Amino acid sequence: MMKMKKNTKILLSVLILIAAVAALWYLDANKNQYSYAISILQRSAIYAIAAVAMNMLTGFTGLFSLGQAGFMAIGAYTVAILTIPVEMRANVYYINGIADFLANLSLPFWAALILGGVLAALVGFFVGIPVLRLKSDYLAIATLGFSEIIRAIIAAPQLDRITNGSYGLKSIPAFSSVFEAFFIAGICILLMILIINSSYGRAFKAIKEDETAAQAMGINLFKHKSMSFIISCFFTGIAGGLLAVFMRSIDSKTFQIALTYDILLIVVLGGLGSITGSVIGAFLMTAGREWLRFFDNPLMIGGFQVPLFRTGFRMVIFSLILMAVVLYYRKGLFGDKEFTWDRMYNFFIRLRDRIRRKTPEKGDKGNV
Amino acid sequence: MDFAVFLQHCLTGISLGGAYALIAVGYTMVYGILRLINFAHGDIFMMAGYFMVFASSSMPWYLATPIVLIATVILGVLIERAAYKPLRNAPRMSIMISAIGVSYLLQNLATYLFTALPRGYPTLTALKKIFQIGPLSASLVTFITPVLTLALVYVLILLINHSKIGMAMRAVSKDFETAQLMGIKINRVISFTFAIGSLLAAIGSILYFTDRMTVFPFSGALPGLKCFVAAVLGGIGSIPGAMVGGFILGLGETALVAMGYSTFSDAFTFILLIVMLIFRPTGIFGEKVTDKV
Amino acid sequence: MSDQVLSLNDVTMQFGGVVAVNNLSLEVNKGEIVALIGPNGAGKTTAFNVITGVYAPTNGKVSFQGKPIISNFPQGKMKKLYSGENAGKYTELIRKTPDVITKLGVARTFQNIRLFKNLTVFDNVLIAKHMNIKSNVFSATLRLNHKEEQTMRKESMELLEILGLAHLKDEISSSLPYGQQRKLEIARALATKPSLLLLDEPAAGMNPHETHDLTAFIRMLKDDFHLTVLMIEHHMNLVMEISDRIYVLDFGKLIASGTPADIQSNQRVIDAYLGVADDE
Repeated sequence: MMKMKKNTKILLSVLILIAAVAALWYLDANKNQYSYAISILQRSAIYAIAAVAMNMLTGFTGLFSLGQAGFMAIGAYTVAILTIPVEMRANVYYINGIADFLANLSLPFWAALILGGVLAALVGFFVGIPVLRLKSDYLAIATLGFSEIIRAIIAAPQLDRITNGSYGLKSIPAFSSVFEAFFIAGICILLMILIINSSYGRAFKAIKEDETAAQAMGINLFKHKSMSFIISCFFTGIAGGLLAVFMRSIDSKTFQIALTYDILLIVVLGGLGSITGSVIGAFLMTAGREWLRFFDNPLMIGGFQVPLFRTGFRMVIFSLILMAVVLYYRKGLFGDKEFTWDRMYNFFIRLRDRIRRKTPEKGDKGNV
Repeated sequence: MDFAVFLQHCLTGISLGGAYALIAVGYTMVYGILRLINFAHGDIFMMAGYFMVFASSSMPWYLATPIVLIATVILGVLIERAAYKPLRNAPRMSIMISAIGVSYLLQNLATYLFTALPRGYPTLTALKKIFQIGPLSASLVTFITPVLTLALVYVLILLINHSKIGMAMRAVSKDFETAQLMGIKINRVISFTFAIGSLLAAIGSILYFTDRMTVFPFSGALPGLKCFVAAVLGGIGSIPGAMVGGFILGLGETALVAMGYSTFSDAFTFILLIVMLIFRPTGIFGEKVTDKV
Repeated sequence: MSDQVLSLNDVTMQFGGVVAVNNLSLEVNKGEIVALIGPNGAGKTTAFNVITGVYAPTNGKVSFQGKPIISNFPQGKMKKLYSGENAGKYTELIRKTPDVITKLGVARTFQNIRLFKNLTVFDNVLIAKHMNIKSNVFSATLRLNHKEEQTMRKESMELLEILGLAHLKDEISSSLPYGQQRKLEIARALATKPSLLLLDEPAAGMNPHETHDLTAFIRMLKDDFHLTVLMIEHHMNLVMEISDRIYVLDFGKLIASGTPADIQSNQRVIDAYLGVADDE
């Protein structure tokens, strides 16, 4: 494997970072013109947090949990309830009114976001006690069940004065700047990378590889599994909180199983066990849905309307692509490897060699 | 509560439970053989609903019904061939993800083909006829469902215990590799399992949707998960277990609705699941397995 | 009492009605190399799994350095199914989990090598150093435990050097040749700083030459790391050459114990290995 010089790599990384910040700055300066692009990128960044959190659990600790939507709901509702401006509340809770203790309780966005993460982690702690002893598919179905229970609790009429029941919450203040979502996503993902590469992260990987052997190495399975689960829940909660701010209005239907599946498919697309995969997967998947939008519009070629092209076709194409990845490209984009400049460099070298090898063949054919 | 009202609720619960039981059997059979939670099973059930919508719009019910059953079986077997067979030697998580992918695809396909708006389910007049027994009144389908469920499960158990293919199924579920070495044609057994599972899901869908009146692309998702829970409750892999689990869920859910906690009727299923997994992970009829180190 | 490291008292392990280990008692003293031998299916690995806390025995007690780590008696369904002796002898319920037992100083290898297959050789050893970590997850995440991490890495590297695996440190462990994988498993076990090392068929799959080297290797480990060794092994040459004492199991029962010379001349052992000619 060829290697690049260390300085070149650092330079490239810095350049990419500067380019990204510059691009964001440009988008920010022309907010109105690019609002559509900004919203796609923001949603991607939020999904990226949730996807990396899921990957930490599934790809690195080997715990297949399908509870993402529920934990996102906890974060989202915490942020929404505590940040909707006090003067707007009567309007939001116009049917049942708001619980007295909440009426004037409000927190700054940052505090509410962290509280949302902490609450999700706390629920994760209690949920983890019974379910983390279960084996793979039972764990999946049990966490999925918890996610539905959380959703049912949120929608329960008994909690109308807190969660506004099935009416949902609206008037959630938007991000104060375009940078906010990306900045938070960056910090969250960085923290998770640091955890995964710490001694605790190694213990997680050991558990994924072989539970019996990990235990024989003195690793307390339950402690480390719940640690991974709680941390994952925390960041999932944060992602949920950001989603609430991004969407401006939420209700319990926002957090159906479909949301969990979206995150799962991002993780699979990017590669189980690859953080860069999950991040790139989040952007590809969110943007991909939009790129495929032309499938939803009737297509006319030479006066004929091409059949098939109508509403919903894009999601069919999209799910077929995902199935193709699951079936024929099982490792996803990155497998369990990370993106590195070396790998990128080698990829281009191989590509160049392949093109070079092909060119003379064409030439030969031309001679005949 | 009035005794008659109580009986009426029981009847509704048993009827709903019967439909659940038929779907749960499909889950438990597939899990028994492939150790796979077939997340797409609920969506196969939903597709069966749509098949009926279209079949009955152009033909009488006695022609439409067999066509729906056959179409659903074909769909189920095709899904197995296309999405699970290529992953036979892959880790279990991959197959489970593939199943989620199929579920996603079917839902999107249904949205595309039939739009997201609910479609009216055809009224099968014969099934809708109102019967009056003492203080109880219900449509025929409510009375038929539990009886039909019991009969079908009985036939299925006979089939599994006394036919050649049934023996092969039992062998495969005990030990996949050894069964293969013994010359059992694994793929045929698996296809057969999916065929039966889908057939029962199709019958279940007729019984279920006749009561519900509408079908929409996501109407299979939640019932599907619930029926999986029913299968876990009864002890995954056990057919009588799945049936009992189905009835428990149906009754419990109806009881909650009757008591005015309808928001929790879905959550109830999962609470039951979690309680079960904590205290008796093997379910009512399941056997314990020890991991070998 | 001599310096007893490990003792098993009346350990019985039943899986339903199947008795895998039947009323087994044995002890291992400090500094000894003891071998546990017997035909396939005699219950040797099961005994290891009981000692390390993987299985809870149906009845009996296991002590490590004089303190009980496992103790159990037939309960519930097993009350009826239990077919062994000494049913009423133990009343204490002690069940330390495998990780706790490892922390106390018992390390093991596995019959069917269980490395962390997709991780590097270095990570495999480093993971075994995790159990004594002092810093919590926050300081580890924020890299405030730089010193501790450095020590863990240094110690792991030293181990790899001693075992001659240092040049392979960045290889993925499953890509190593079989003999090296066995060695790495031992390195990983040593990284937990054990006082008792349980080796489950360390010579399995090795060629005669490698097996021969293993004798010196195990002796070296014992001396350099001040270990006591209990091993399961089928290669009789190795067993006879290296062991101070030998226990022989057959159908879960202890049929003989003693020095290599005793065992070699023991008729019951010979019968167990060659099969008794039933009077036909």
